[in-house]
Amino acid sequence: MNVAATAGSALQSTPNEAVPPIRLISRLDIKGPNVIKGIHLEGLRVVGQPGPIARRYYEEGVDEIIYMDTVASLYGRNNILGVVEEAARDIFVPLTVGGGIRQSDDIVAALRSGADKVAINTAAIARPDFIDEAARIFGSQCIVLSVEAKQRAPGQWEALTDNGRERTDVDVLDWVVEAEQRGAGEILITSVDREGTRKGFDHDLFRAVRARVEIPVIGCGGAAAPDHIAAAVRDDGLDAIACASLFHYDLSSLPALRAALAGADIAVRSV
Amino acid sequence: MNVVVDYGRGNLFSIGQALAHLDAPYKTSGAPDDIETAERIIFPGVGAFGEAMKGLRDRRLVEPLKAAAARGTPILGICVGCQLLLSRSEEFGDHDGLDLVPGTVSRLPSPRPDDRAAIRIPNVGWRKLSVNPDAPVLRNVGNDDLMYFVHSYAPMAHNQTDVAATIRVNGHDVPVAVESRNLVGVQFHPEKSGPAGLKVLRRFLETKFAN
Repeated sequence: MNVAATAGSALQSTPNEAVPPIRLISRLDIKGPNVIKGIHLEGLRVVGQPGPIARRYYEEGVDEIIYMDTVASLYGRNNILGVVEEAARDIFVPLTVGGGIRQSDDIVAALRSGADKVAINTAAIARPDFIDEAARIFGSQCIVLSVEAKQRAPGQWEALTDNGRERTDVDVLDWVVEAEQRGAGEILITSVDREGTRKGFDHDLFRAVRARVEIPVIGCGGAAAPDHIAAAVRDDGLDAIACASLFHYDLSSLPALRAALAGADIAVRSV
Repeated sequence: MNVVVDYGRGNLFSIGQALAHLDAPYKTSGAPDDIETAERIIFPGVGAFGEAMKGLRDRRLVEPLKAAAARGTPILGICVGCQLLLSRSEEFGDHDGLDLVPGTVSRLPSPRPDDRAAIRIPNVGWRKLSVNPDAPVLRNVGNDDLMYFVHSYAPMAHNQTDVAATIRVNGHDVPVAVESRNLVGVQFHPEKSGPAGLKVLRRFLETKFAN
């Protein structure tokens, strides 16, 4: 393909190689009617109601929202779609739904409720062909592989399922490569060790995952300050970050976070 | 009435919500009759090009859409809906499109090594457009009006005058919107691009197109 030949002449945009803005994503862990937050994906406490919380983040300029049903795998059914449908009525940014996505019909239902993408973890590990199938029907752009990573040794992580409750013996770095080959469009990598601890990200994990795949990687788990995010962007090369505690507990509001990142020379969307 | 085309391949709910938010009456339909009588057509699409084209054929919507385009009905293609306006696509082989705007849907250029502005494919995120000042709908998109993209292929219109906007991807200016007479196509998701995206939808609904 020769892009320059088709797009070059009449439309002269100034040649600037400006770095595109990073994505600041709010992750809402849902249990029943509530947004909850835990530590290491456990010890859950109620933060508030998903509707008002999502609305506030949208108005403050969040770039995307991820809804994660934390108990869907336990109960074998998905209660989250009503929450997403309500959000999609007046929130016009991309919505991703995860937790309890087991088959193509679940994806159809999620998209009908206003989701743009689905995040798949447990079902993909149980049946890796599900990734191929989902990518073929809905397109790779719709399929986010969610990985819950628990460190087992330096440079080695195990993928957990069922919201961090179950072990698998699946190696995270092998798994993300396989998932990319099968058609996943993005990787959401969550450090279970750091999740909810406010100790900052697992940078070794982020770097290792990013080096293994060519698709976009969303880093999650442990951010409590703008510096943590700046480090993941600058040092690990990530361009998408998902945060929960950071926004829920007002450790940094979105406008304050954007200002701090811009001050650190990191491109963010101006709102 | 505005008609949102339902052929089993679109994020109809989100587009419907955006239109409702703009107080624009609309009907979601996959019936050829509704395409024929539509005042304006919104033509969404997600997934693979070939599958989407198959969806149109299975529902016998190819001819009604071509006829509507020829009659001068304003049509807004979104994402794969935009791609389908072009002649053909190189995604998973070679597929014919509706051929309403001459051009080919081609894969985005890959990242260059050691490029700090490198964009991974699929291109996911909010991007700044360079707009064609002669494009009736897109020309008002401002510098701060970033749009949300999630795609690996782009609508490379053959005629430069049909290219309504480009974005910078891995060292290239890549076409991401087309405007040709009553036809508008946007690779980004105006229904997912916050207030800036809603402005593009409103602009399409309000534009009187020369035919």
